[in-house]
Amino acid sequence: MDQLSVEHLLGIKYLNKNDIDLIFKTADGFKEVINRPIKKVPSLRDITIANLFFENSTRTKLSFELAEKRLSADVINFSASQSSVKKGETLIDTVNNILSMKVDIVVMRHGNVGAGVFLSKHVNAKIINAGDGTHEHPTQALLDSYSIREKLGSVKGKKVVIVGDILHSRVALSNIFALQLQGAEVKVCGPTTLIPKYISSLGVTVETNLKKALEWCDVANVLRVQHERMDIKYFPSTREYTQLFGINKEILDNLDKKIVIMHPGPINRGVEITSDVADSNQSIILNQVENGVAIRMAVIYLLAQQIKR
Amino acid sequence: MSKKTLLNSKDIEIILHRLACQLIENHNDFSNSVLIGLQPRGSYLANRLVDLLKNEYQINNLEFGLLDITFYRDDFRRRDEPLSAKSTEIDFLIEDKKVVIIDDVLYSGRSVRAALTALESYGRPKNIELLVLIDRRFSRHLPIQPNYRGRQVDAINQEKVLVSWKETNKKDAVYIEQR
Repeated sequence: MDQLSVEHLLGIKYLNKNDIDLIFKTADGFKEVINRPIKKVPSLRDITIANLFFENSTRTKLSFELAEKRLSADVINFSASQSSVKKGETLIDTVNNILSMKVDIVVMRHGNVGAGVFLSKHVNAKIINAGDGTHEHPTQALLDSYSIREKLGSVKGKKVVIVGDILHSRVALSNIFALQLQGAEVKVCGPTTLIPKYISSLGVTVETNLKKALEWCDVANVLRVQHERMDIKYFPSTREYTQLFGINKEILDNLDKKIVIMHPGPINRGVEITSDVADSNQSIILNQVENGVAIRMAVIYLLAQQIKR
Repeated sequence: MSKKTLLNSKDIEIILHRLACQLIENHNDFSNSVLIGLQPRGSYLANRLVDLLKNEYQINNLEFGLLDITFYRDDFRRRDEPLSAKSTEIDFLIEDKKVVIIDDVLYSGRSVRAALTALESYGRPKNIELLVLIDRRFSRHLPIQPNYRGRQVDAINQEKVLVSWKETNKKDAVYIEQR
């Protein structure tokens, strides 16, 4: 169990429980490293990593870049908005050109579902999926589970509700896979229009009443409404969404237990979550960000270990 | 595969007491010194020495940590089997401290080299010393020598030195095994 069963990190659905345990165990080591006065180890000094972001990102991109630098890898960055993609170059050509510059690992975010899988079949490098369309965002799900494990001791047997725009969320899908693999129960909650039709086939139950969902759960993972992916109106108004699915202090205080609040970011304060909740001691939003660096260091380290000299 | 006993539990006990006394000669009350055991195998020796110093020699306020060197090793991606990390437990800085690195067997010196690099992350120490239970002579790849040694051994490369601790293997002993 000292090695990942996969050659690329394309999605949680390709991983098994041992892989997750190994990633968490390795991340424990890196979490200690990033809390030292000197937060850097020399392991990957002969590895070059390209971060290809065809979609916008702040947190994930910074987190990956920081993780890579703390492992001493050489890093090159690429954003689609300022590149030849605009001039009509294909994805494979773009990536192969980058690989000609001797790159070992590609971290990619792309708007199309399956972009990572496609790339892994056509280019000779380790691929890490940093989000492909509405499909998967594996490192986010790993850091979410890792944060739950850190806060509550374990993931097994915990009840987690994912609240919000499930339909457009890669975070939701990866989280469902990751949580179920570790023996947690998962419920989704949101407007019926934003819940995928076949979600029950994943073994997930649906709850459209926010209060009931929160009463049931140990952890609520709150998602943003992804207006940029919506081509039609899925609910009448943001105000109505907030009234029905927004989490505020009053709802939390009326529960008979203290649940853990998570959010993958970016937060729309006052829409899906109010400021007093986001900044409360029940929220582990900033711990998620810190753990993100440790998890990404672990994933990169474990994949790099497979690259033979 | 033949196995020869190099040290029995009595020998090890005598050696541990001697090493503790030698440490006290150089570090007095340890007020400005820290002991760092190397994970995984150096931690047994380090724990044993710390117990001895505290209980038999009344050294209190001993700062002691365990260091994992996995991420600093120079054979990453060069080995067949993957490296897996152990935990590092150092909750203090070593700035201006006298540091003693503790490991069970000194062979090529590469682990100690990795430990020296890793320790840089915790500050600039006043000096660093090395304490080992077994010093395998004539096998070094790097110019590293111990300041305190339990026993010096001339073993050829085909032989393996095995240190067994009662915490994990029921009894204290050191063996030389033909590979």
